[in-house]
Amino acid sequence: MTPLNKKLYRDLWHIRGQALAIAVVIAGGIATLVMALSALDSLQETRRAFSEQYRFAHVFAHAKRAPDWVAREIGAIPGVLRAEGRIVQDIIIDIAEMQEPARGRVVSRAAGGQTHLNDIVIRRGRDLRHGYPNEVLVNEAFAQAHGLQLGDVIHGNFNQRRRALKVVGVALSPEFVYAIGPGDIVPDGRHFGILWMSREALEAAYDLKGAFNNLTLRLTRAASLAEVIVQVDRLLAPYGGVGAYGRADQLSDAFVTSEMEQLDHLAVVIPPVFLLIAAFLFNVVIARIIQADREQIGLLKAFGYSNIAVGWQYLKLVLLITGLGILIGWAMGAWMGYAVTGLYRDFFRFPFLYFQVDPSTLAISAFVGIFSAVIGALSAVRRAVTIAPAVAMTPPMPSAYRTSLLENLGLARFLSQPARMILRYLFRWPLRATLTITGIAFSVAILVMSLFFFDAVNKMMDIHFFETERQDMTLTFVDVRTDAARSNIDDLPGVLMVETFRIARAKLRLGHRQERVGIIGIDGDMELSRLVDVDGRVVTPPPEGIVLSEKLAELLVARKGDILTVSTLEGRRLVRQVPVVRIVRLYIGLGAYMDRRALNRLMGEGDIISGAHVLTDSKIEPTLYTSLKGVPALLGLAVRRAALNVFSAMIREHLHTMIFFYLTFAALIAVGVIYNSARISLSERARELASLRVLGFTRREVGTILAGELAILTFVALPLGCIAGYGLAGLLVNLFDTKLYRLPLYIADSSYGYAVLMVIGATIGSAWLVLRRVAQLDLIAVMKTRE
Amino acid sequence: MGDVQKDNAGSRAPVFRTVGLTKVYRGDGNDVWALRGVDLALYEGETLVLLGPSGSGKSTFLNILGGLDHPSSGQVFFRRQELTALDDNALTRYRRDHIGFVFQFYNLIPSLTARENVALVTEIAANPLSPEEALALVGLEERMDHFPAQLSGGEQQRVAVARSVAKRPDVLLCDEPTGALDSATGISVLEAIEGASRELGTTAVIITHNAGIAAMADRVIAFADGRIAGITVNAEKLPARTISW
Ligand SMILES: Nc1ncnc2c1ncn2[C@@H]1O[C@H](COP(=O)(O)OP(=O)(O)OP(=O)(O)O)[C@@H](O)[C@H]1O
Ligand SMILES: [Mg+2]
Repeated sequence: MTPLNKKLYRDLWHIRGQALAIAVVIAGGIATLVMALSALDSLQETRRAFSEQYRFAHVFAHAKRAPDWVAREIGAIPGVLRAEGRIVQDIIIDIAEMQEPARGRVVSRAAGGQTHLNDIVIRRGRDLRHGYPNEVLVNEAFAQAHGLQLGDVIHGNFNQRRRALKVVGVALSPEFVYAIGPGDIVPDGRHFGILWMSREALEAAYDLKGAFNNLTLRLTRAASLAEVIVQVDRLLAPYGGVGAYGRADQLSDAFVTSEMEQLDHLAVVIPPVFLLIAAFLFNVVIARIIQADREQIGLLKAFGYSNIAVGWQYLKLVLLITGLGILIGWAMGAWMGYAVTGLYRDFFRFPFLYFQVDPSTLAISAFVGIFSAVIGALSAVRRAVTIAPAVAMTPPMPSAYRTSLLENLGLARFLSQPARMILRYLFRWPLRATLTITGIAFSVAILVMSLFFFDAVNKMMDIHFFETERQDMTLTFVDVRTDAARSNIDDLPGVLMVETFRIARAKLRLGHRQERVGIIGIDGDMELSRLVDVDGRVVTPPPEGIVLSEKLAELLVARKGDILTVSTLEGRRLVRQVPVVRIVRLYIGLGAYMDRRALNRLMGEGDIISGAHVLTDSKIEPTLYTSLKGVPALLGLAVRRAALNVFSAMIREHLHTMIFFYLTFAALIAVGVIYNSARISLSERARELASLRVLGFTRREVGTILAGELAILTFVALPLGCIAGYGLAGLLVNLFDTKLYRLPLYIADSSYGYAVLMVIGATIGSAWLVLRRVAQLDLIAVMKTRE
Repeated sequence: MGDVQKDNAGSRAPVFRTVGLTKVYRGDGNDVWALRGVDLALYEGETLVLLGPSGSGKSTFLNILGGLDHPSSGQVFFRRQELTALDDNALTRYRRDHIGFVFQFYNLIPSLTARENVALVTEIAANPLSPEEALALVGLEERMDHFPAQLSGGEQQRVAVARSVAKRPDVLLCDEPTGALDSATGISVLEAIEGASRELGTTAVIITHNAGIAAMADRVIAFADGRIAGITVNAEKLPARTISW
């Protein structure tokens, strides 16, 4: 080994603590990148494989009753590979072991597996057989939630007739990867199930012989989705078609897409923060080393080493540390990616999940890691390169200090000499102090940002479950009914309060933009299910006009006062002009709201309801459930408590893992930054501190100087970090603004508190590590050498 | 060298007494013997000059007296107290209360002015001079509010002397205090040491390579190869001002 390389390794060994701290910060950035990209790749590849192998449709359309030949006609539209009509129906399921009824979506399937689109994977049991109309396949989540065994019998209400169904198999489908019930915000495998039944059985039950009420299409690669949708809508309109839509609006697929977008954002937002901090650490650490090595650098040059050779020497140090960081980051990222992918396997229902770390992911992450490290170290290394041999041979003069501003303001007499040393040191190196403050503030910010996720989701849950949806359950009916039905619900046992609503599917158009939504008609004086905006204000739709959620308004580029063309997709399918009377900011969904009577007028119908929100007496809930299971017209039932439980469980399992990762990283950053800056000021001032020790200052007193400096920097950084954290949270709010949900920009005071406490903890930890070194200061060696 | 303590024993009490002091630096294979058994007594108020070739153990000896270093074997007594029995905290206390140091490289705190550098010590001492008095003693009353970067080498060293004597130490330990200075500047520093020891009755130990300086000592101790090679008693010590080199 050349002497220069020996020096390199000794230098590295000498700063091993700092090197490790930097490597860990780099590792944090690399790991997040590898985690996000590998999970993204895995999810993407899995979805692609599942969709292709099982021929997941591209277009979906619902109708009332269309004859089979319409499907053939649609199949002939240019760009359509295949069109398949089927029967899809929402029903109420009665499971013996569960008090409350569950909701189900029945999907027809050609017995014997002749289905070409949206095929299923049978996980257990077997496929449906010809001639056994009561056989059923259930989706895996539902089977697991109820512990259903092959041969078990469940009951369903079909077209007002109760029917016993025998479970013959458990299945998964690309269509229901994220099986979410209508109106739900998270999948609830216990209360919502998918049932596949033979086409014949459903044709008979719903009087759809030779007809279908649901159509799915596969398209050619070259097909234009928008054009196909226009054609399909035109052809299905006479049969009660409610508008075709693509995968982007297919709820399950949209959720998977949204999750992938989040991973993508993660890969863009988080790693740069880490790498920026690593670059900054390199800058100060390498600058310090070069400062201390001035004479040696001069000597090397005097001996004839070239500028490049000298610069390369320090760059190698940077690359070694970066390399270590990259290796740690790869390992951690792969492990985290694996863990996150595992979460997806449980969260989404894929029959398989490919986990793969693409070599290109590793290459990209290594490249950005090295790039940022080199950028960070470059200015310091350039300084080494430009040191002239002669200059390097003369020791630096004692640094020129000044009295600090604070002292000039007349504070001097309150300050001890050590306090002055601290202040003047900070003011002497304002840039370094600023950088350190920035670094510490960043770690506070990342902590605040991680905790913000919690707060935002909790806030969302709060608003949704405690401000907006305050009913105990929501009932929906097979058919829209007159308000008279209300009294029937009132008469059910245990019902304390009833509020009815109307929901009507419609297409909203403004200019060339259009969106398909369900317009919700609510009565002005709702107490249970209310429209509440992000600021907690209850909004009542005025007697005329439509209220849009902000996201919907954004998609339509609509403003208050604009006139929308509303084409209703049910009943008489009228087209009307409706003014936008208000825009409200909501966290969940793409809402459009009207006064119920106004909506009914728009539909050209009388006093109609689609369902009711009810408040119940929990003591006699079981009796109510029993009665409900017997109500033939009941189409759906959503129990708030169940949804709340599912939502909380999802937060617990899904979010906690992610937040745990972030918190760990933020803590590592805090330690990395604080430890490094403490080490640097220790090494710069070793001589000074040793002098103090010689003069008879105790370790504690000398330590106070270092610790005091850290404390000042930390305390300046804390509020800045909190502000920056709020800024980062705002950035995330913008990035996570999807059709499905928005995050509230809400950070609890306690989160600021935790972030601040954790950073103070990191400061104390780093201070402790560095102060131990004060005890080891070699007094004699320091005094013997000149600076 | 044997029994060196009988010279000059007189009636004065020893400030320091060392018994069989050794210091070994253990290396891989070859140990370095910095001190090989030093027995010496130092008396109240006397000025001692240590001479000897490079590597003969002078600094090691001085550092042990000052409580900066521990001997490998042997004992050091400061008055009644055995230094070698003290732990690190007690040694810090000891340095703080009794010892003043002056080193070849001045070791001022660059972020403090001359006055503040002295105040650093007077703030923690029991019965100190004021920083102004101490600086006047070394002739720097005009430069009190200058930072080290604004002072010459000799001036910086005089601040270091002022800082050492300000707490009225019992002993002033100086390791090549003039090593980095020219003759005239060096003498001004020696005068400062001499003045302090005269005014405050401080015992002073000065290491130097400059045999001329020996003239200002009461006794001159010659070190060689980790041992005391000889002790010369100056019948009449000269004032620093009259020395030159
Ligand atoms: N930390 C150490 N490790 C190993 N050997 C050491 C160490 N410090 C000093 N020595 C050795 O101890 C011996 C005495 O050193 P010391 O510094 O006391 O000499 P000195 O008489 O002050 O010399 P100089 O006049 O050159 O300052 C020398 O041989 C030196 O090499
Ligand atoms: Mg020496």
